[in-house]
Amino acid sequence: MLELHAVTAGYDRRSPVFQDASLTVAPGEAVGLLGPSGCGKSTLARVAALLHRPDAGRVTLDGTEVRGWRHRAPRALRTSVGVVFQQPRMSADPRLRLRDLIAEPLRATGRRAEADGRVAELAPAVGLTGDLLARRPHEVSDGQLQRACLARALALRPRWLICDEMTAMLDASTTAALVAAVETYRRGEGAGLLAVGHDRVLLERWCDRTLDWENCARAPRVAD
Amino acid sequence: MTAPVLTLDGLSVRFRMRGGRHVAAVSDATFDLAAGECLALVGESGCGKSVLASALLGLLPGNAQTAGRAVVDGIELLGADEKTLARAVRGRRIGLVPQSPAAHLTPVRTVRAQLEESLRELTGTPRRELRRAAEAAAERASFPAGHLDRFPHELSGGLAQRAATALALIGDAPLLLADEPTTGLDRPLVDRTVDELRRHADDGRALLMITHDLAAAARIADRVAVMYAGRIVELAAAPDFFGEPGPRHPYARGLLAALPERDFTPVPGLPPELGDLPRGCAFAARCARADDRCEERPRFTAGIACHHPVGLSTRLEGHRA
Repeated sequence: MLELHAVTAGYDRRSPVFQDASLTVAPGEAVGLLGPSGCGKSTLARVAALLHRPDAGRVTLDGTEVRGWRHRAPRALRTSVGVVFQQPRMSADPRLRLRDLIAEPLRATGRRAEADGRVAELAPAVGLTGDLLARRPHEVSDGQLQRACLARALALRPRWLICDEMTAMLDASTTAALVAAVETYRRGEGAGLLAVGHDRVLLERWCDRTLDWENCARAPRVAD
Repeated sequence: MTAPVLTLDGLSVRFRMRGGRHVAAVSDATFDLAAGECLALVGESGCGKSVLASALLGLLPGNAQTAGRAVVDGIELLGADEKTLARAVRGRRIGLVPQSPAAHLTPVRTVRAQLEESLRELTGTPRRELRRAAEAAAERASFPAGHLDRFPHELSGGLAQRAATALALIGDAPLLLADEPTTGLDRPLVDRTVDELRRHADDGRALLMITHDLAAAARIADRVAVMYAGRIVELAAAPDFFGEPGPRHPYARGLLAALPERDFTPVPGLPPELGDLPRGCAFAARCARADDRCEERPRFTAGIACHHPVGLSTRLEGHRA
């Protein structure tokens, strides 16, 4: 179970981006969170992915209350969440070949020996072919790079996936291909999904249920 | 019929790479665009759409080689020198609505300062009238006057897009070139942005919108050009394309079917590398209808480049299935 309870978060304690956000994702469930641009849904996704420490509230992952965020989160907790961001170019190290980009989580957790085998499994699952794996980000298209970023998120077989506007930069066919890859993985591993976005048609088609932002969080009172 | 604002005739762009390789980013693009008309150029990322835009603006990198013709309002763009492009084309004959307005606007200057500079450069408005002219320019793009003294980082995505559109409209260019104008915007904002672009086309401009957002294209385009691996493979009237009878090229059909409100199934496989295109039809490797004829490159005739376009019989089959 991934639970956010009365979470308040932002980048300045005096003016949080949102307050009292609560939502629950059951194991194996796909939940879509819909909200307009700038509402704070990406911040919430970062909180759920243990990448941003909330100012208040509680986050529980499979029964364990999260007490540390980013590098302070225990590894077992951190590695149970995979994240895909909106902009592949900004979330990929430009120096890494796609093969190394995908294997990075394995290297970072001391499982280098498994890297080659896992990359060989993941690449076809996200639709990347051999030649592309040897290239660096500037040598591939946005769609191809996002495929690699999805593979990276799946490398450690996370029980939870957070997709923050994963397909906003992509064309219809690549969108459908990436969603299909996520769903194939979830069927195999029984992983839960929190997909954040503004495209209602997409999220309703993709997820088991969708939530509207205004029903799960409170916008802070604006001073001016 | 009035003369077209933009005429592309066999426009090709290729990049010379290390080791004598070539990347064919755009091959043989041919179409006309008239005043008051909106053409949507659609295709997946990396198919050459944006290179086409750069070619029109004379912004290709040094290793690019061009062929064919591109004429805007009487000026041949491909042979034009930098002086002509700077003084007669950019801003004056082609207004660019950029992909990422936040990155396109100068971050250290207010919207007002940028509008005034463009007015001074493009229209020669005298200094004492600049302030009023800037406000009028902002209003044309529905940019609120109260936000004119803000810096780009103080604007929301939608307002930044309007500021960039206001700048694009200042030179009264007959051609508006919108390169992925809605990337990253949410649906209501996409609708508003493209509706505003449509309004500027209705005012008598030609609008070339480059996008991967098929819903945005369906909303405002009169015609749709589908690009695949650097080639335009289908050019159709928007109502036929998005409604009945639908796209005729198997790729265009697959792209449309991939939409979440339709089948939500991807076109299998990946597009070919632009540096290593097959001799025949570039889509054949991903096409369920491919046969021996696809070894040869299909000619673009009657709005389509395919040996076996989707015809009436298969459409009926599709309905029965």
